[in-house]
Amino acid sequence: MAYTWTHLRQLEAESIYILREVAAEFERPVLLYSVGKDSSVLVRLSQKAFYPRKIPFPLLHVDTTYKFSEMYDFRDSFVKEIGARLEVYTFEEAIKGGVSPFTLGTQKCCAVLKTQALLNALREGGFDAAVGGARREEEKSRAKERIYSFRDRFGQWDPKNQRPELWNLYNSRINKGESIRVFPLSNWTELDIWQYIQQERIHINSLYFAREREVIERDGQLIMADRPIPLKDGEIPRRVLCRFRTLGCFPCTGAVRSSAKTVAEIVEEVKVTRYSERITRVIDHDAEGSMEEKKREGYF
Amino acid sequence: MDNGDVLSHDARNDLLRFTLVGSVDDGKSTLIGRLLHDASGVHEDQLASIRKASERKGMTGDEIDFSLITDGLKAEREQGITIDVAYRYFTTPRRKFIIADTPGHEQYTRNMVTGASTADLAVILLDARHGALPQSRRHGFVASLLGVSHMVVAVNKMDLVGYSHDVFERVRVEYAAFAAKLQVHDTSFIPISALCGDNVVERSARMPWYQGSTLLNYLETVHIASDRNLIDLRFPIQYVLSAQQDFRGYCGSVASGVLRRGDEVLGLPSGQRTRIKTVVTFDGEIDEAYPPQAVTLTLEDDIDLSRGDMLVHPNNLPNLDETIDTMLVWMDEDASEAGKRYLIKQTTRMVPAVLTKVHYAIDVNTLHRKQSERLNLNDIGRAVMELRRPLLTDTYAKNRATGSLILVDRMTNRTVAAGMIIDRDPAVKSARSSFTVPPLKSAQFAERSGDVLRVDRERLLGQKGAVLWFTGLSGSGKSTLALAVEKRLMGEGRLAYILDGDNLRNSLCADLAFSPEDRAENIRRAGEVAALFADAGVITLAAFISPYRADRERVRGLLPEGRFFEIFLDVPLEICEGRDPKGLYRKARAGQLRDFTGFDAPYEPPVCPDLTLATHQLSLDEAIHRIEALLESRGIVETSGRYES
Repeated sequence: MAYTWTHLRQLEAESIYILREVAAEFERPVLLYSVGKDSSVLVRLSQKAFYPRKIPFPLLHVDTTYKFSEMYDFRDSFVKEIGARLEVYTFEEAIKGGVSPFTLGTQKCCAVLKTQALLNALREGGFDAAVGGARREEEKSRAKERIYSFRDRFGQWDPKNQRPELWNLYNSRINKGESIRVFPLSNWTELDIWQYIQQERIHINSLYFAREREVIERDGQLIMADRPIPLKDGEIPRRVLCRFRTLGCFPCTGAVRSSAKTVAEIVEEVKVTRYSERITRVIDHDAEGSMEEKKREGYF
Repeated sequence: MDNGDVLSHDARNDLLRFTLVGSVDDGKSTLIGRLLHDASGVHEDQLASIRKASERKGMTGDEIDFSLITDGLKAEREQGITIDVAYRYFTTPRRKFIIADTPGHEQYTRNMVTGASTADLAVILLDARHGALPQSRRHGFVASLLGVSHMVVAVNKMDLVGYSHDVFERVRVEYAAFAAKLQVHDTSFIPISALCGDNVVERSARMPWYQGSTLLNYLETVHIASDRNLIDLRFPIQYVLSAQQDFRGYCGSVASGVLRRGDEVLGLPSGQRTRIKTVVTFDGEIDEAYPPQAVTLTLEDDIDLSRGDMLVHPNNLPNLDETIDTMLVWMDEDASEAGKRYLIKQTTRMVPAVLTKVHYAIDVNTLHRKQSERLNLNDIGRAVMELRRPLLTDTYAKNRATGSLILVDRMTNRTVAAGMIIDRDPAVKSARSSFTVPPLKSAQFAERSGDVLRVDRERLLGQKGAVLWFTGLSGSGKSTLALAVEKRLMGEGRLAYILDGDNLRNSLCADLAFSPEDRAENIRRAGEVAALFADAGVITLAAFISPYRADRERVRGLLPEGRFFEIFLDVPLEICEGRDPKGLYRKARAGQLRDFTGFDAPYEPPVCPDLTLATHQLSLDEAIHRIEALLESRGIVETSGRYES
């Protein structure tokens, strides 16, 4: 039978359906663009959903100012290339007030420069739907996340108060001030993402590819000094062949030892790898159930 | 760009979505853990944290509690139960799998239904020692109800019955007799031990009498492509790319059937014909599209078509109905209410609807029908809905995509039920005239052309009809304030009228006492009367303690959007008791009055009132002023001069 659909085509169709529902049913949707591979896939799916028109909602980058320099360059050229509208939000007051990962530690810094900043940006922009690239497979507490995740007036997530979600019938009804976080990639795994990037030849940041980088080893993580960071006793920068599995802020995102220099090599690596990708995020390991705590407060 | 040229083989896998149903006692979490672990789905770091947790639970050595792989949220981990649908993923060289992991206790029917709604297949897990318990029958029934075409009964804990062939056969025969009554095309039985790994991924050497597939092998090879409906073309319009540079496109996903370039199609509900000009995708134009492909269509002619409409082949039409019969699964704490208005979402269409009648509920353990007027949380029952605008439907049995719907509460915005459209019962059709609740069209705010309309009355009166609903404890100042507002409005040439206990309790509601039921009925009647007054164009001042939130919300539902204002008189009990204008608090203290709100009956304050007035901190004038400001800002009266439209 000629009609067989690959899992990637099915996932793609599901995601496009979700993106079109958002555009049709919300007044002011926004796509949260974090410069990473999942964001790149999400943007490609949005292009597909509305082709031949442009994506009918803006991209929003919540910028902590601590992202890798390569991410900023990539972001600006990528957005220009596809002709999308980009809004950048930075929580200036907090940064002026001295919030940084070096002074506060990862968890507190994230709470302010990411979570609080995101809530500010959504409120100031009057956005009623925020589309993000989170996937259920990434972390335990996300396994039960809805595709349409309801947030109260304070942007908070209540795991006990989520709407049942059946078939592909998403409930977009909200009162003023409330919002929905939408996750069109819910059913994608890391491997799906990489296979799709390969299939679609999607542009991604060079940080994902292995090369020798100058790193220090800190709490079991390989941290790259993208810009000067205060060194602790005994920390000596070394050159290591490595790449990044996820992208975040340079002081808090570890690299993994890898020699995968092409997407095809990464696909092979992901297939055999025995570590789930979020292990390189310092924030997830702070306390048991820590991702859940952050989500309640409004983290993506 | 470093993209490789050759796609690896398993990028061409297909996808199987299945739901795994069973209770904690059946070993469900252990089975999922085993599938994920043995099929290499669990990462080392997740396994390490599970080992840590297993040790904390008192397990020793190499023993791993596989159930910890799947327990998601913190609160649930602490209670040791899974209370929501969780989605798990694993891939083998043959297929990608999405598991909807659903708990099996009776109170979680809602989750089971959710998980089954997107599943191609259901794995029903039961304990070999207990056989086909009522709960396992219930799981089979739910899978059947949700149109899942393949069912695998995994008879677990074979290790605890000595891997006995006889035990397995007994369970198989017993359950097969039951399953024959269900609408499932294909049922298989597999003896397993999730704990020891027998017949899950690896074939068991301990059950040589079993010749069939292992569970994983079955999941990898079951043929699902033919389950899709490729006959009836249904293309719900999801999003319209309005005309620009000569391009007008209709975006949507093929719900069923096959759509080809050049096909003659009918736009519904307009009934206009045209042909498909092009099938557009980002990756180029294509000749045909299959479900669930997402495409954009251009048409030969400019026909009337917008979101919620549908394209179909002219010789294969869906039903266009204003009354539908459904099997509903109730998912909300608040039970269904006959006569209440809800919103229905079906395909890409959302319409207001009235739940007119529940015919019966089904006892999910015995499958017997039982008389019931309402559906409570986790109930399944047959109900009739009257729609304000027609829906384009097929029966769920024929078409999952056009036969499914959700019900949304207009007040709370919660998804309160899932529905599957079934064939209308002819007996029900002929009995329509005997419905106790009139269909929407004759409801009070429907506008009948040619008749005098509410807007005509409102123009005559120079104001808009509305209900100001004063709620609060006895002594909070409801009547005092309502009287003063009435007086002020009259002074400005507005028609207002007070409804309160004094004029209703002695007349229309003289038969009612103060039990919660009677209070609810009292407020229902007051609400209906207030809604009629508002329809007459009167600014209606309703002053009732109305202690229950649900009762007040019901009244809100009787009125058009923006015509009901909940005004909460927020005064502490001590102050009300100090005022005690009617001496009621004294009586309550003396035990002469029972069910007195604030004493031995509850008061539920509004969550989101339109106005909150702490009358003990405001002068009467200030309070009146704030109510006037509310009426002006919401357009009930005009700021300067009289309202004209």
